[in-house]
Amino acid sequence: MTINFRKETFRDDFSFRNSPEHIRRFPFPFHEDSYMYAVNIEPHVKGPAGSVLENLIDVDEHYVSEMHDRALVLAEDPLRCQSLPHMTLAGWDLLELLMEQQALGYPEHFELHRDGYNWHWINRPLGIDQKFVFGDLSTLPYGPMEYITRQSQGDFCLLDQRDGNLWMDAGIVSTQADWSLDFDIGMNFFEWHAPVPLAHEKGIFTRALKFLTNVQQGRPARRLNWTMTINPRLDTSPENYHKWGPDRTTVTPDNVGHKVHLRVELQSFWRLPRSNGMVFPIRCYLISMDELVTSPKWARRLHRVIRDLPEELATYKGLTRYRPTLVEWLSKFDDGSPTSPGFGPE
Amino acid sequence: MIVPTIKSRPVYGTLAQQPGTEHLLIADAEGAEAILDLAASALPGFFDTAEIVYVPRSTGDKYAPRLKALKPARYHESPTIAAALPRLRQTFATAHMGLRLYLSGTEGLIGQAMQAALEAGIDHSSIQTEHRGSLARRVQCVHCKGITEDVTTQPAECAHCGLLLLVRDHYSRRIAAFQGVCINAEDRSEVPPAEEVFR
Repeated sequence: MTINFRKETFRDDFSFRNSPEHIRRFPFPFHEDSYMYAVNIEPHVKGPAGSVLENLIDVDEHYVSEMHDRALVLAEDPLRCQSLPHMTLAGWDLLELLMEQQALGYPEHFELHRDGYNWHWINRPLGIDQKFVFGDLSTLPYGPMEYITRQSQGDFCLLDQRDGNLWMDAGIVSTQADWSLDFDIGMNFFEWHAPVPLAHEKGIFTRALKFLTNVQQGRPARRLNWTMTINPRLDTSPENYHKWGPDRTTVTPDNVGHKVHLRVELQSFWRLPRSNGMVFPIRCYLISMDELVTSPKWARRLHRVIRDLPEELATYKGLTRYRPTLVEWLSKFDDGSPTSPGFGPE
Repeated sequence: MIVPTIKSRPVYGTLAQQPGTEHLLIADAEGAEAILDLAASALPGFFDTAEIVYVPRSTGDKYAPRLKALKPARYHESPTIAAALPRLRQTFATAHMGLRLYLSGTEGLIGQAMQAALEAGIDHSSIQTEHRGSLARRVQCVHCKGITEDVTTQPAECAHCGLLLLVRDHYSRRIAAFQGVCINAEDRSEVPPAEEVFR
């Protein structure tokens, strides 16, 4: 399947749009009409053709433009990509995983040839043809983690496992929902999740850590998370909050449809073979309200979820300022009829 | 009194003598009281293998003579925490197994001494800590990355870029600072009054 890569922006004029096919494949995160935290982790296995789970590492029509946006973020702020010294081996693990998965899922666009440690990587969408020696830092223009994640959609957290905990000791984070890699690097699982409200008391993180530290090689897991973003902006970092924060004051009844976006993270969790570390790819999908309400079921359900969201969660997700306007707008699409179970559009 | 809030917010204990061959005690201001309390329960000879590094700050001569009277093997007084750090880094870099660390005083002192120890490969959980004195916080501005020392108000102005920061409880041992995030990023005309909450 050949992907028609869009040329679009996630800043300034915000020309990002989803094609009709991509609207239908959007990973809508609500399987019922309300939302509360849960340990919603499941095996990361392939899903139906045409869905974002057709391949375990998804490449979509936004790939080329997202990689361009990442390069802009890194040029402005190199601290978005950091790796503590003991994480280089995990970086090679990640390079192997992403090259293998992208070449496997999209052979028209990516090729990986291996002859012992002499590897040859071809990335056609980005025009890259790289021969290198696996494990030899001098043969790549960046460290292995940075090299491959400049060519892979989503943020990536590389974790070391020790003392029964997971430590965020490396990562590349340019499309995050308001957390700082630079501040959190070196923290353990409980520490970097410390600001999340309600979930600690529910024992969510204790159970999640127990599950994650037992993830086996070749058997990845996944979960969905979500928030909302004004304008299709990938870089909603705390670093730049004083620049994008004012966007939240610009929502009016007339512009909700194209300004307000549901932002879904497909987080997956993979054991790495050499380092015994883990990688958490955090893949971000955006959809405007205009695009989302083309599915009547999604429109009804999102109205009910946002309307009934506990106040702490609305505050944590930064919705407070525009929630009434959004709920009012969405209510026009909710006739009160029941929604079918499950995530799908109908 | 520091109460536990979120999981990244450090909590501190009470200094207690640990088995070891050498003992390095680092304190600022009222942190001296924690060392004096430790001395009351320490085994004879403890201070023969101990070094005290002390930053009196605003306490002047209140504690220094009593610390010296403990007769540590070495006593060093430093005018500021920053001035003490090169010496501490040298000590950590050349330390042998069996060195025990005791940090007491403000969170700024404990955090920065611990940061230097972590950089030398010392495990944070092996370090004894006790908070005494001011609740003032060391705050990193998430926007410009500058660190503002001895923050006592909520919100607080970043000493580097001037943004008005919400001082969070989220804390990084690696940076030895709490996180500061612009409190009125969405609408700069909203200026909440600063209250002195970290005294």
